[in-house]
Amino acid sequence: MAREIEFREALREAMSEEMRIDPRVFLMGEEVADYHGAYKVSKGMLEEFGPRRIIDTPISESGFAGLGIGATMLGLRPIVEFMSWSFSLVAADQIMNNAPKILYMSGGQFGCPIVFRGNDGAGGQLGSTHSWCVESLYANVPGLKMIIPSDPYDAKGLLKSAIRDDNPVFCLESERLLSIKGDVPEEEYVIPIGEAVVRRAGTDCTLVGFGRTVYFCEEAAEELAKEGIECEILDMRSIRPLDLDAIVASVRKTNYCVVVDQSWSFASVGSEVAAEVHKACFDDLDNHVHRVHNDDVPAPYSHELEQEMLPHARKICEAVRAATYNA
Amino acid sequence: MPVEPVFETRIDRLTILDEHGRFDEELGAGLIPDEDVVALYRHMVICRHLDEIAFKLQRSGRMGTYPENRGQEATSLGAAYALQKKDWLVTCYRENAGLFWRGLPMELVLLHWMGDERGNEIPEGLNVTPLAIPIGTQMLHATGLGWASKYRGDDGIACTFFGDGATSEGDFHEAMNFAANLDLPVIFFCQNNSWAISVPTRIQCSAPTIAQRGLAYGMDCIQVDGNDIFAVVKAVRDAAERARTNQRPTFIEAVTYRLGDHTTADDARRYRDDEELEMWKLRDPMIRLRGWLDARGLWDDSKQASLQEEAEAHIAAAVQRASDIEALPPTEFFKNMYKTMPPNLQQQMSTMRTSSLGRNPETADQSAVS
Ligand SMILES: Cc1ncc(C[n+]2csc(CCOP(=O)(O)OP(=O)(O)O)c2C)c(N)n1
Ligand SMILES: [Mg+2]
Repeated sequence: MAREIEFREALREAMSEEMRIDPRVFLMGEEVADYHGAYKVSKGMLEEFGPRRIIDTPISESGFAGLGIGATMLGLRPIVEFMSWSFSLVAADQIMNNAPKILYMSGGQFGCPIVFRGNDGAGGQLGSTHSWCVESLYANVPGLKMIIPSDPYDAKGLLKSAIRDDNPVFCLESERLLSIKGDVPEEEYVIPIGEAVVRRAGTDCTLVGFGRTVYFCEEAAEELAKEGIECEILDMRSIRPLDLDAIVASVRKTNYCVVVDQSWSFASVGSEVAAEVHKACFDDLDNHVHRVHNDDVPAPYSHELEQEMLPHARKICEAVRAATYNA
Repeated sequence: MPVEPVFETRIDRLTILDEHGRFDEELGAGLIPDEDVVALYRHMVICRHLDEIAFKLQRSGRMGTYPENRGQEATSLGAAYALQKKDWLVTCYRENAGLFWRGLPMELVLLHWMGDERGNEIPEGLNVTPLAIPIGTQMLHATGLGWASKYRGDDGIACTFFGDGATSEGDFHEAMNFAANLDLPVIFFCQNNSWAISVPTRIQCSAPTIAQRGLAYGMDCIQVDGNDIFAVVKAVRDAAERARTNQRPTFIEAVTYRLGDHTTADDARRYRDDEELEMWKLRDPMIRLRGWLDARGLWDDSKQASLQEEAEAHIAAAVQRASDIEALPPTEFFKNMYKTMPPNLQQQMSTMRTSSLGRNPETADQSAVS
């Protein structure tokens, strides 16, 4: 039986269910306990699991990220919430230079089964230092996994897999999506990390997106359908590992590809996908892969400017028309 | 060998005008000339009114998020008053009173919170740094400014402001250690307002005072009543003296309270009780200062009434000036990325596209993939 729940509730269910079956799992972060998290994701968890497992921290991102990594060395499985991924930058050494490398550096001895999660992405008028899209930055690092769910169903299934994973998993949640609702079954399920999903079937052009950009793609696809261009939308769901097979299968069908990525274009998830698609689909493509990104500037504080800098539907429509020679 | 103490210390708390209106003549007499006390009080009233108006602007959708300063005015104001124009104010986001005293135009602060980076374009020579949102980062910049002042021999000081929560960040500890070890003219001014959003100070620091964090770095430290502007002025003056003559940093913990919410996105009633709030309302720095002025015949209700009118007009004019500033066209966001705009940004700016290679897909020559 499915019922409709919010994205944030789906995240909460994933954490709570895993905590019920696995006493090694705990949640730590700024305001996660008493205040239920800056975005109310952990509502009720302190009440259920108590302060031993739901832990409010000082404003010390490097501190609690590093503490979590240390706790994995004794077999615990921390979930570390960053109030915003923007502030994870303070903990960069721990999450980039330690968590993903410990297995390697210890000759395979210490794994690092930790989940880092929190709010990611621009669009909320929070100013440039508070509006990071960290996916491209962090996806560059070998040794970690990265998931970016776009709806409640995926959020729950992917986060459960992340908590069970023996490697560090970065879960990026868009604040803009936390209140959206979707069907989530009552029964237990998990979604394996590394599998993309087709959100909309189409024949004329493949749109590859993830997280919030899936909604930009849907808006663009509606618009383009009116012009007779039928887009297929592929939701990557997982950035690392990347489900290249799914992308390739779609591009082989449509022969055109536009990648939509809410981070900056230089050395990005978008450029990686484009490079891989060019290699795998060289003979199938009827045009080079087009990419839609944020403009190459920090997120502006102004509402209008910020909306404009995002990889929004108008930009996607323009890219698809150009890619498919309909410009 | 017997065990013997190698280091003993204590932390002093400085109060000159206490919450009951008692004034320490020995410490306080002549500390601030009467006409300046009047000016400081007037300034506080105007800043308080700005808070009210900004709050309303936010609620009516004309402003993004806004952090109220209410209740904390004496801290940054006292510091700005005690420092010289050449000294740097390295702030976070709750120091309006000090910044305006220094001369930052109100419309800039309003403009910033209305969502416009131009609000951070600080007029030349004010010696104020832009707002810092990532908690703690600005303290290291203050250390750098202090270092540069010493290097250039310009006799300037950097005074950095931050909250109780910010003392949990590594940046705080690194900044303090540098300033102490390199003998830098820096004042670390902690505004301990009991809360970091919903997190009480005890989660940040389990020592009885935050001030004592300075001891670990070999720094002079003091706790002051942050709602007592006389105490703040004295502590900052002493620290400035120490910085200018001996190049030594000081750590000041000013105990104050945020009477409003963390920002307009917060509702403090969810996590703190009315009793605590009511107690702190009685300790309001403005009420205390008004009492001092009244007792000396320097202020009365009719002056208050005309000041209130003046404040309203003053703020209304500032809001008008901020609103009159024309919105930026989207091409503007490319402007301040580099000193000279590189070709790829020029191209994005002229086409407003970020599709593949930043070229305008409608006009770009498809064969000329660069
Ligand atoms: C590095 C970083 N982590 C988290 C935040 C989110 N945040 C914004 S304000 C704040 C509380 C700050 O408390 P405090 O330092 O006491 O200052 P106050 O707001 O009370 O003046 C937090 C956690 C941030 N801005 N930057
Ligand atoms: Mg505070």
